[in-house]
Amino acid sequence: MSQTMNVLIAGVGGQGTLLTSRIIAQVAVDLGYDVKVTEVHGMAQRGGSVVSEVRYGEKVYSPTIPKGQADVLLAFEKLEAARWLDHLKPDGIVIINDERVDPLPVMSGKMKYPEDIIDRIVQLKPKTTVVNATKTAIECGNVKAANVVLVGILSKVIGLPPEKVEEAIRKLVPPKALEVNLAAFRRGVEWSVNQ
Amino acid sequence: MKRLMIGNEAISRGAYEAGASVAAAYPGTPSTEIVSNFARYKDVYAEWAPNEKVALEVGIGASLGGARTLVAMKHVGVNVAADPLYTVAYTGVNGGLVIVSADDPGMHSSQNEQDNRGYGIFAKLPVIEPSDSQEAKDFTALAFDISEEFDTPVMLRVTTRLSHSQTLVEEGEAGERVLKEYKKNAPKYVMLPGYARGRHVEVEKRMVKLAEYAETTPLNRIEWGDRSLGIITSGVAYQYVREALPNVSVLKLGLVNPLPKNLIASFAQQVERLVVVEELEPVIERQLKAWGIAVEGKELFTLLGEYSPEMIAQRLAGAEPAPSHGLEIPPRPPLLCPGCPHRGVFYTLRRMRVTVTGDIGCYTLGALSPLEAMDSCVCMGASIGMALGMEKARGQEFASRLVAVIGDSTFVHSGITPLIDIVYNQGTSTIIILDNDTTAMTGHQDHPATGVTIKKQPTKKLDLENLVRAIGIEHVRVVDPLKLDEFEAVVREELDRREPSVIIAKRTCALIDRTPITTTLYVDDEVCNGCRACIRIGCTGIYYKDNEKKAAINPTTCVSCGMCVQVCKFDAIKVVEG
Ligand SMILES: Cc1ncc(C[n+]2csc(CCOP(=O)(O)OP(=O)(O)O)c2C)c(N)n1
Ligand code: SF4
Ligand code: SF4
Repeated sequence: MSQTMNVLIAGVGGQGTLLTSRIIAQVAVDLGYDVKVTEVHGMAQRGGSVVSEVRYGEKVYSPTIPKGQADVLLAFEKLEAARWLDHLKPDGIVIINDERVDPLPVMSGKMKYPEDIIDRIVQLKPKTTVVNATKTAIECGNVKAANVVLVGILSKVIGLPPEKVEEAIRKLVPPKALEVNLAAFRRGVEWSVNQ
Repeated sequence: MKRLMIGNEAISRGAYEAGASVAAAYPGTPSTEIVSNFARYKDVYAEWAPNEKVALEVGIGASLGGARTLVAMKHVGVNVAADPLYTVAYTGVNGGLVIVSADDPGMHSSQNEQDNRGYGIFAKLPVIEPSDSQEAKDFTALAFDISEEFDTPVMLRVTTRLSHSQTLVEEGEAGERVLKEYKKNAPKYVMLPGYARGRHVEVEKRMVKLAEYAETTPLNRIEWGDRSLGIITSGVAYQYVREALPNVSVLKLGLVNPLPKNLIASFAQQVERLVVVEELEPVIERQLKAWGIAVEGKELFTLLGEYSPEMIAQRLAGAEPAPSHGLEIPPRPPLLCPGCPHRGVFYTLRRMRVTVTGDIGCYTLGALSPLEAMDSCVCMGASIGMALGMEKARGQEFASRLVAVIGDSTFVHSGITPLIDIVYNQGTSTIIILDNDTTAMTGHQDHPATGVTIKKQPTKKLDLENLVRAIGIEHVRVVDPLKLDEFEAVVREELDRREPSVIIAKRTCALIDRTPITTTLYVDDEVCNGCRACIRIGCTGIYYKDNEKKAAINPTTCVSCGMCVQVCKFDAIKVVEG
């Protein structure tokens, strides 16, 4: 791979985007790539809009993905998919977890949650897939494993070998949650994605 | 084997490999993980100091005592530590002393975006800037050598993007912890005018030597490429330049103070066009212009915020900005957590329509919608002095509708001296200390009033109530801010009093509270009249069903703190056991 792979993972502070980016990055390290990951800490972690950027390839310079160059956008929440859409390549791939978390202006009634947001995203980015990772995670035994379901879907899209991803999950997930997370990952890999 | 590390962890690793045995810090984003990581090494001493000035003074003492010492703080922390900083530049060191300033271009988590390379120039300190985690580790280790060789504290300047980006690092061997001999040397360490005059001479000699060193240090390097454009850059901006302009010639500066005049002049001569790419202030550019070197910089690049590869490609390679899809999306500002004790405080203060001088912490979110119950926030500790100032300007009548709010960690950091001022100068304000038993904003660090050290060892706990009484505050109340009626009654009583008082709003931060949750809540649709009073407290545990015009609990986020239950006038929110 001579080109750098750029993955943008967006969500709401506290949703567990950090574990997802860590697993992807670890796999890329294990495969021998140069890897950079950048994340927001601090105030935004209190329920604000957060993003992790993972880049890997032969040589990576900037830790941030240049706007308009992300290959894949993985969003843990629908509105956050829309928020980061401009960062995607014209033919980039979007994976959206079918979750709605109302931001404050919606909660307080000052603004409306755009109900048609998925349709508008699909119009702009035909390679969009909407998944219900939360439901799958519950079926696997723990709602918190939703982020690992998403790892499964994402890793297939960007072509990471599943056995390497499982290895990374074993390294990064505490032993007592491992079985559920591996099951969640395998369910994710089975998903078919528009690409 | 290489490992991914955030820049901050790499700094701590670099210090450890260089044999540092003491580290001190006060938390502050983006610097916090430097010393919290260092504290994990078994054979070192690390501490959370009450504030940055104390952290640096502990560091100076440890250096004088012969240990290699690391001190870390966020950019505004250096303001607090500036007094010892300027003078330790005169005394120099015994064991190597490295001071990390973590700046925050873009103000991800800060009240300003000052550029602390300026401190290096004013205080006459060498300033080193790494560009990724590997350099963060290597440069930190080298900084200790420079510190001892040139008898100077060294400032390692990093930014949020470096501190919090993970890049690959090759770990080295753990160094040996060597303690240098301590010898009394008053002319070097007692900064009386007579001795300090002598030291200033040494400082100026040292700067000359450092400027010579700058010409040959491996910290600075030229990467030759196409000579029609030469870029001088440092820090993370170097990575953006390489990403955007892979073929140009680059002079990468790792030592940004003092600058290598000859190296720069020779680079300038060999390129057709010279541009400095540096975030925030034109620190390098100004120096070049003072030397008469023709250079472009801030006429092309902004003084504000973070840079990016695309910005550089647009300014220097004529790239077009990526198209915008123009989707209009509601913003998602940060919010107090469900069950946050601060919510009760600001809900009450808003109801009472009082003036609130505020401070810095999670509770600063009380200034934002929907609570909007804070009038000011300047720097850590400012709330209390500002309340006294407002009272002195506008009189006691005004003060009876004025409160200062300050977090427990912030109070210990810099709230004690202004409280003494209130007692001494006969203010009558009401001060609310938000005691959530942690430094929450920066990721839940312990502090003197939690009774636990950075190494998670129990220690003597600072008793805030007794401290405040000892200062001379006679009216001290301790109350749970999520017991809304009781809390409001206490605030009213203390405001009415023409004497200073302190209310300790005591309840553990919801994110670290380990008390088991034994109840669940639901909204009884029959009773809820859709008034939205519960929605206006801004908790993600409760939302509004537009179609049905009813409130509803979100069971995955609600932590059953009971605040919305008390806010509902119709008793529509029910609590059930289990
Ligand atoms: C001089 C300085 N040092 C550090 C910081 C970073 N910082 C902001 S608020 C804060 C402390 C917050 O703790 P606390 O007062 O207990 O409030 P909480 O966040 O727990 O509500 C810190 C360390 C800063 N803004 N300024
Ligand atoms: S982390 Fe603690 S103090 Fe901060 S908003 Fe959440 S509950 Fe409140
Ligand atoms: S009880 Fe009410 S205020 Fe407390 S966390 Fe739950 S929804 Fe929020």
